[in-house]
Amino acid sequence: MAITTAQSPFRTDPLTGLRIDLTAATLVKTNAVLAVVFLLVGGLAGLLVALTRWPAVHLLPADLFYMALTAHGLVALVVWIVFFEMAAIYFVATALLNCRLAAPKWAWAQVVLMTVGTAITTVAVLQGESSVMFSAYVPLAAAPHFYLGIILFAVGALIGCFVFWGTLVIAKEEKTYEGSLPLIVYGCMVAVVIAIFTLATGAIILIPALLWSLGLIKSVDPMMYRVIFWGFGHSSQQINVTAHITIWYLVAGLAFGAKPMSEKVSRTAFLLYILFLQLGSTHHLLSDPGLSASWKIVNTSYMMYLAVLASLIHGLTVPGSIEVAQRRNGLNNGLFEWLRKCPWGNPVFSSTILSIIIFGFIGGISGVVMSVEQINMIIHNTIYVPGHFHGTVAGGTTLAFMGLTYYLVPVLFQRQLIMKPLAAIQPWLFGGGIAVFAVALMGAGTLGVPRRHQDMTFAGQALAHDYGGMNQLLMAIGEIGGVVSVIGGAAFILIVVGSILIGEPVPANAKNIVAPPADAGGHKEIGMGGLEAPGTFVLALTLFACLVLYYFVNFKYLATLWPLS
Amino acid sequence: MGYSFTAPDKNWAREPIEKTEILWITIAGSWCLFMFVWMIAWHWIGNQNMRTEAYRTFTDVYAKKTEDFTKQYTVRQDASDPSLPVVAPPPGSDVYLAGSTFQWRPVLELQKGKSYRIHISSLDYVHGFSLQPENINFQAYPGYEQVITMTPNKAGTYGIVCNEYCGLGHHIMLGRIYVKE
Repeated sequence: MAITTAQSPFRTDPLTGLRIDLTAATLVKTNAVLAVVFLLVGGLAGLLVALTRWPAVHLLPADLFYMALTAHGLVALVVWIVFFEMAAIYFVATALLNCRLAAPKWAWAQVVLMTVGTAITTVAVLQGESSVMFSAYVPLAAAPHFYLGIILFAVGALIGCFVFWGTLVIAKEEKTYEGSLPLIVYGCMVAVVIAIFTLATGAIILIPALLWSLGLIKSVDPMMYRVIFWGFGHSSQQINVTAHITIWYLVAGLAFGAKPMSEKVSRTAFLLYILFLQLGSTHHLLSDPGLSASWKIVNTSYMMYLAVLASLIHGLTVPGSIEVAQRRNGLNNGLFEWLRKCPWGNPVFSSTILSIIIFGFIGGISGVVMSVEQINMIIHNTIYVPGHFHGTVAGGTTLAFMGLTYYLVPVLFQRQLIMKPLAAIQPWLFGGGIAVFAVALMGAGTLGVPRRHQDMTFAGQALAHDYGGMNQLLMAIGEIGGVVSVIGGAAFILIVVGSILIGEPVPANAKNIVAPPADAGGHKEIGMGGLEAPGTFVLALTLFACLVLYYFVNFKYLATLWPLS
Repeated sequence: MGYSFTAPDKNWAREPIEKTEILWITIAGSWCLFMFVWMIAWHWIGNQNMRTEAYRTFTDVYAKKTEDFTKQYTVRQDASDPSLPVVAPPPGSDVYLAGSTFQWRPVLELQKGKSYRIHISSLDYVHGFSLQPENINFQAYPGYEQVITMTPNKAGTYGIVCNEYCGLGHHIMLGRIYVKE
């Protein structure tokens, strides 16, 4: 498709002052609505999983449980998130660069392929012959259309990445912006680079799996499958991390007028993601045969923890940029006045700050500790793993996306939010539920409870292992948190869909909802003790102390195990 | 002037970095370096490490090895399930454990404080070896044989739980190790 030279019509949004390409806006809205529809599907499947793993409820029999779990993994972890990411990158590339969208017809191809792919795979799962989990390790076979749907979905997403890239090229050619890319666009570009690597890796392994399930090739080596699959499976989570961190920066800018504390530092941290984040695929392979210790150590540590360093940097600089903005606007007293006077009842802010806290304290700390080569032996494939990644993907990514959605509904759909009191508590319901879920499951996993398991009581089995009352309790607490998070997710869908359908139109003279730039306030001397963001620094040190303590607690536990060599 | 979402000042690359960030990068970077060194060091100072001894094999070859091993050292039938042989190999010897849908075989009886070379492999799908309540977890593949030297340091009855999804009977896949004083 040649890049057309015809100018798409634009409108200037009264709320943000951004010039919005109407074609892009339609695509953003379509992707976002599909994302929310699939969040509903994924959330319902998740509810069934939670109600089965809650020992006292134990809802589903094995076949339906494994079917629901496969559906939940695919739809909530991949489909909802990637559709939303397509919406986000189209919005960022066009609205923030003041540019039209490249090749809209290809963008529609993205929408169609991803939707058709999702439908095909979902049908395969519901037919019951493809309850193989999201990871579908060979030689466990799914129906051919299970793989086909995922491949179509991935091709669609890949097209979306190139539409984003094409838009950057047009913006540069047509000089729609000056100087370097804004940090937000740069962050999305990093996510897209990682996405292209990820989706290509997925194709490399899922195409052979499809051919094998069709009987065209004799076998796919199970270890090769797992090694390459995680280049897709784990890396897709690295896209999410990059995307949601970019959204943190975006919300800090929109809601507080913040700019990065240092462009140089934030951009270097993103660059470290491109260079090293992908090595994290190894985290799934640490207990596997045949991989050398040095290979595992270099990869699992993202080359000396350079990607962890990048995340620790973002963890400081995002809240730090909010602190600096608040202080410049006059909230300069004490350590935490800036934080106390944040708009805690505003779901855009509360979703974002809860996403930062849950991702850092739960998803981040657990991720660093469990990916230590030796610690992995007491974590691998236990329910700790879902505990961890609900801290990153549900508490981190999904919650950040919810926050941005609350911001964008009035901008894109020109409708005001309905049910504002419910919206004010929704992030707390969802985030709080996920936090309880994640921590309880990490506890049960540390005590050995397996993941992807329909009956931890082993009812009727001669060799049954008794996991004990503590684990039953932890699983109950965790799944109650899971149910609360589903209620929070349902509230989100209700508010967003309701606002789109019956929300009051945004009046033409609406107040601008972008905060003025922080340095317009004129307060030059800010902070304490020579630091511009002392409050954030104290919070970062708290995270650091938790990480160090938790790291050594796990080594202490490891040291009591049977000696292994 | 400017936001995170507007183009940065032209000289952004030359702007000085604020002290909060410099301090944090120093602290976080040092810790990252420590964790990297500590993970390597644990191979010498720690007693819980994975050996990288592993072999390619065939499922029928491994099944035969496990069967021969079981015949050689069977001491009795298991009390919980009389159809299962309990195998008591001599300390220091090679021990063969095979995962298949849906069982870990054979049941082992080991002696506390003695070391055994435990071979782990699968006869069909990808399985998980999860020793409970000790909570030691390894991946088991068909066609790959992993060898780990284990030294039980507590007596008791241990369950082997499959913790890699392997089909609709995954949750009934179990095995057992007895450790005697």
